[in-house]
Amino acid sequence: MKLRLIRRDSASRLAMFTAPVLALVFTCLASLVLFAALGKDAGAALHALLLKPFLSWYSFSEVLLKMAPLLLIAQGLAIGFRANVFNIGAEGQFIVGALCASALPVYFPDGDFPMMLPAMIAFGALGGTVYALIAAALRTRFGASEILVTLMMALIAVQILNYLLLGPWKDPRGFNFPQTVMFPDNALLPILFDGTRTNISLIFSLLASLFAYLMMQHHFRGYQLRTAGLAPRAALYAGFSAPRMVWLGLGLGGLAAGIAGASEVAGPLGQLQRSVTSGYGYAAIIVAYVGGLNPLGIIASSFLISVIYIGGDSATVSARLPVAAVEVFQGLLLFFYLLTFTLIRYRIEFSRKVPA
Amino acid sequence: MSQPALLRLAKVSKRYGTVQANKEIDLEVHSGSIHAVLGENGAGKSTLMKLIYGVEQPDAGHIYWNGQEVHLARPSDAQALGIGMVFQHFSLFETLSVVQNVSLMIPGKPADLAQKISDLGDQFGLSVDPHAMVHRLSVGERQRVEIIRCLLLNPKLLILDEPTSVLPPQSVRRLFETLRKLQAEGMAILFISHKLDEIRELCDTASVLRSGEVTGRVDPREHDARSLAQLMIGREMPNVAHAAPRPPREERLRLNALSHPRASRFGTTLEGIDLKLRSGEIVGIAGISGNGQQELAALISGETRAQEPGMIEIMGKKVGHLGPMARRKLGFAFVPEERLGRGAVPEMSLADNSLLTAHSRNMLSRGFIRRSVERAFTRECIDAFDVRTPGPDAEAGAMSGGNLQKFILGREIMLNPDVMLVSQPTWGVDIGAATAIRRRLLDMRDQGCAILVISEEMDELFEMCSKLHVLHKGHLSSALDAAETSPQEIGRYMIGAAT
Amino acid sequence: MSGLEFLLAGTLAASLPLLLAALGEMVVEKTGLLNLGLEGMMAIGAAIAFICVYHTGSHVVGFVAAAAVSTLIAMLFAVLVIAVRANEVASGLAIGVLGLGLSALFGKTYESLTIKGLPKIDIPVLSDIPVIGPTVLTQDIVVWLAVIGTFGLWWTLNRTKLGLIIAAVGENAEAARAIGYPVVLIRLAAAAFGGAMCGVAGAYASTVYTPLWADGMIAGRGWIALALVVFGTWQTGRVAFGALLFGILSLGELTAQAIGVGLPSQVLSSLPYLVTILMLVVISRRKSGAF
Repeated sequence: MKLRLIRRDSASRLAMFTAPVLALVFTCLASLVLFAALGKDAGAALHALLLKPFLSWYSFSEVLLKMAPLLLIAQGLAIGFRANVFNIGAEGQFIVGALCASALPVYFPDGDFPMMLPAMIAFGALGGTVYALIAAALRTRFGASEILVTLMMALIAVQILNYLLLGPWKDPRGFNFPQTVMFPDNALLPILFDGTRTNISLIFSLLASLFAYLMMQHHFRGYQLRTAGLAPRAALYAGFSAPRMVWLGLGLGGLAAGIAGASEVAGPLGQLQRSVTSGYGYAAIIVAYVGGLNPLGIIASSFLISVIYIGGDSATVSARLPVAAVEVFQGLLLFFYLLTFTLIRYRIEFSRKVPA
Repeated sequence: MSQPALLRLAKVSKRYGTVQANKEIDLEVHSGSIHAVLGENGAGKSTLMKLIYGVEQPDAGHIYWNGQEVHLARPSDAQALGIGMVFQHFSLFETLSVVQNVSLMIPGKPADLAQKISDLGDQFGLSVDPHAMVHRLSVGERQRVEIIRCLLLNPKLLILDEPTSVLPPQSVRRLFETLRKLQAEGMAILFISHKLDEIRELCDTASVLRSGEVTGRVDPREHDARSLAQLMIGREMPNVAHAAPRPPREERLRLNALSHPRASRFGTTLEGIDLKLRSGEIVGIAGISGNGQQELAALISGETRAQEPGMIEIMGKKVGHLGPMARRKLGFAFVPEERLGRGAVPEMSLADNSLLTAHSRNMLSRGFIRRSVERAFTRECIDAFDVRTPGPDAEAGAMSGGNLQKFILGREIMLNPDVMLVSQPTWGVDIGAATAIRRRLLDMRDQGCAILVISEEMDELFEMCSKLHVLHKGHLSSALDAAETSPQEIGRYMIGAAT
Repeated sequence: MSGLEFLLAGTLAASLPLLLAALGEMVVEKTGLLNLGLEGMMAIGAAIAFICVYHTGSHVVGFVAAAAVSTLIAMLFAVLVIAVRANEVASGLAIGVLGLGLSALFGKTYESLTIKGLPKIDIPVLSDIPVIGPTVLTQDIVVWLAVIGTFGLWWTLNRTKLGLIIAAVGENAEAARAIGYPVVLIRLAAAAFGGAMCGVAGAYASTVYTPLWADGMIAGRGWIALALVVFGTWQTGRVAFGALLFGILSLGELTAQAIGVGLPSQVLSSLPYLVTILMLVVISRRKSGAF
């Protein structure tokens, strides 16, 4: 018996939907085995991971809260990924966005001007964009790999954050905790549903998804980006500027991450603190890929990953699962997704060797 | 026949997905014979060779070696029996030296191998410097390295896959002498080709392949090219209608002392290239790939920018500094030699591939793609250029070479260009499609388009062009009148014997 | 111990994790693959080695187990890239995340525990040489093995047929397959080698260099190792040289923090990352933009 991959005439629509579902099933099975091997109650763990978030309105609202930054960042990253621009340091752009946004309430703690919140978002957007564009400049000017540069810059961003929180931006009345002052009310995003923490950043994310959908699926610019990713030489032949694709891919990724960072400090955190480095930037990479780099798919995948985050929180209690289990689950999900993704463009043929 | 054949295939079949590449092939090859496998592109020749060389395994059928049935699971099995293969696109490593390349297949100390390489070179007219780096060798020399590497394994059967397609006429002579010497030593040679004259000159047996099946076994010396062609394509050889060329009119493309340094050590530096192309004429650039063809095409298309704007003029404008889109706006169109990944995006539908260069044909509205226009354009291209495909939604990557080439050519022609550059128009394309493509180009010429064709196929150039240049090591010859020159003269330019 | 002696004695050990991971990845890339998951493979190696050494007390067991588990993770990458032709970047990231997650999962209960490192070996005669004897030439066994191994790798890649085969597969896989080399197997073996080297690198970091396990202890070293391959232009000697530079840099950072230079510690901690970016800019300018 021999396995062979045969290219389909066109990508299979059916497989496009079944691949992620299959991946999720495989991931659950693998996690069950893993958790059981660690001596945990695997059933309870999976129940907590995948079902608990739906069992109360509050925990579901927390899922939506998590979803906002993941969705926003992933939409930005996916645009770059489709053009083969691999921004894997969105975490850094997210942090810088949070920093820039925080500068306003930190320096004007009772700044009573009405434009505070919009200005914060704008600062965050600008910070994230500029931080990402440094990598674009180094790539287009010197040919330095954006993969490594964006990642190194993410590691540097953490140090900048640490420096500010331990030094100049530390709340003088904060009992020496590494955090800034609490932001005033006019520096906080309005809450979407009363009694929850879900804020209007979810709306930003959905708008960004609409924008990404229109651009990537229906606009010539998105077509150029896709061409650059699928066949760089065809893009060159057509005359689409390669450097422009790099600037655009990184810039939009940084912009999205920056806004997400600003929304995080102006949202659930309400101040700048160390926990802002919670790994959204890295998780968004997984969200983008598991969503098939498709703007609509990413909405679904960001929801799924958010469920797992919130489920993971409750699993730490109910199944004594370490927080790292969530990371493992994400890693497995991406692994199995890439494995099943092949089905979209190839079909598997079993050929029986003829006994000669 | 008293002695069993050296190699015998009995009802060998191979299928790829829905394509039956080989169907119940019977074949016998004897020692001391030069046996041709004749067929056009896509007839299943390459698949058959892969089966014999153990690269692929048959789905059904038997292979016998000296009367014994054998199973060739991998190339090393075939090598162990005494089967050697010279590939069409050489399996040499450019960053390694000749000796290193040889030592990848042949055990032994480098010094000993170098000696053996020189000895074989003397014996069979295959001279090459053992210590040269492969990327510095000419195509002919590379082929010699491949043959030497095979001969060092002491093969009883040597397979050559389209060995002359990359050689200038003079080198073809030399290769044939080598092959005859090997034949005299008792070696069996399988000679894969679609060039009828060569087969008639060299081979004593020919098996003709069509759509994966053997359609004839003949002695090619007793048939003329016409009847061989009929066996090969199953009908009369199509003729290209030669309309009398009109006198050329205004100048549309001009290269002025175009020079460009090579981009990598595997590239070619272009030096002082002058060329004029006028409305209503087809000018050809002959020469073997790797002498600067790709570099020149990229410079004319704008994929590479020239060092000075004035080095390239399109429609009387200096365009050396402009990109491909700007040049298209001036009325330029380009069919590149690589269809997949350059002329078309494999993962995209034909409709989306129309957008690649034809977006200016009213396909965009404030930057948004107008799907209906895109589809209508694609549909028209498919119909007008006889592209065999399920429709505009089929992906480019799933199409045959000939069909995709017709699509790309059609797309570029539908841009109504004033100047067109076509690079290797019929590479890997079956005869039917090739004929259609040439006919289209002649039509374009008659409508006043200025066309520059870069090709390795000399017959094709003589068929279409009124003037020929030869590109050799980055230098372009002056224009030769196609009616007055000969393939032999062009061949001398191709190897640098004439300038 | 003076600052200079500290540098001389510690550089090799400090650069070892980078060196091993980078050399492993160099071989992987030479066969035409690109595995971005170094960070994760080093992390899982570090965690597994620590756990094994903690329970068995044997560094041999720790190193072997680390190499084995990291190889296993590398094989997941190989399955994605070779068997189902998945996107290389995404596949590397996937196993990277998986490795990091698993290391945190397994290592959770071992945080803040301690084990013994490896003793430095006094080699008679060598250790009597003034200045460098007691510093550069007094190292633990792994360092010596790594030094020998680096020379061995250089020899293999530049002087043996295996090296030629690896170069051939990397340059033109299609041709290598056509002349009969099992390209898939060779790439698989290279990926496994890269995984094993990352495992050993992680093991050294967590059981010898700083004998403790902490989540995130690899701290970007996998990514720096990746950059070192580019910096070293895929040549053993240059990659080793780059690793040594980073070894010195990380010790310099420690020294500077100890004696309290006027810079915030975060600036010093950022230094390796900044230098990596600088290095990429300088090197890539000469070469093509391809990773």
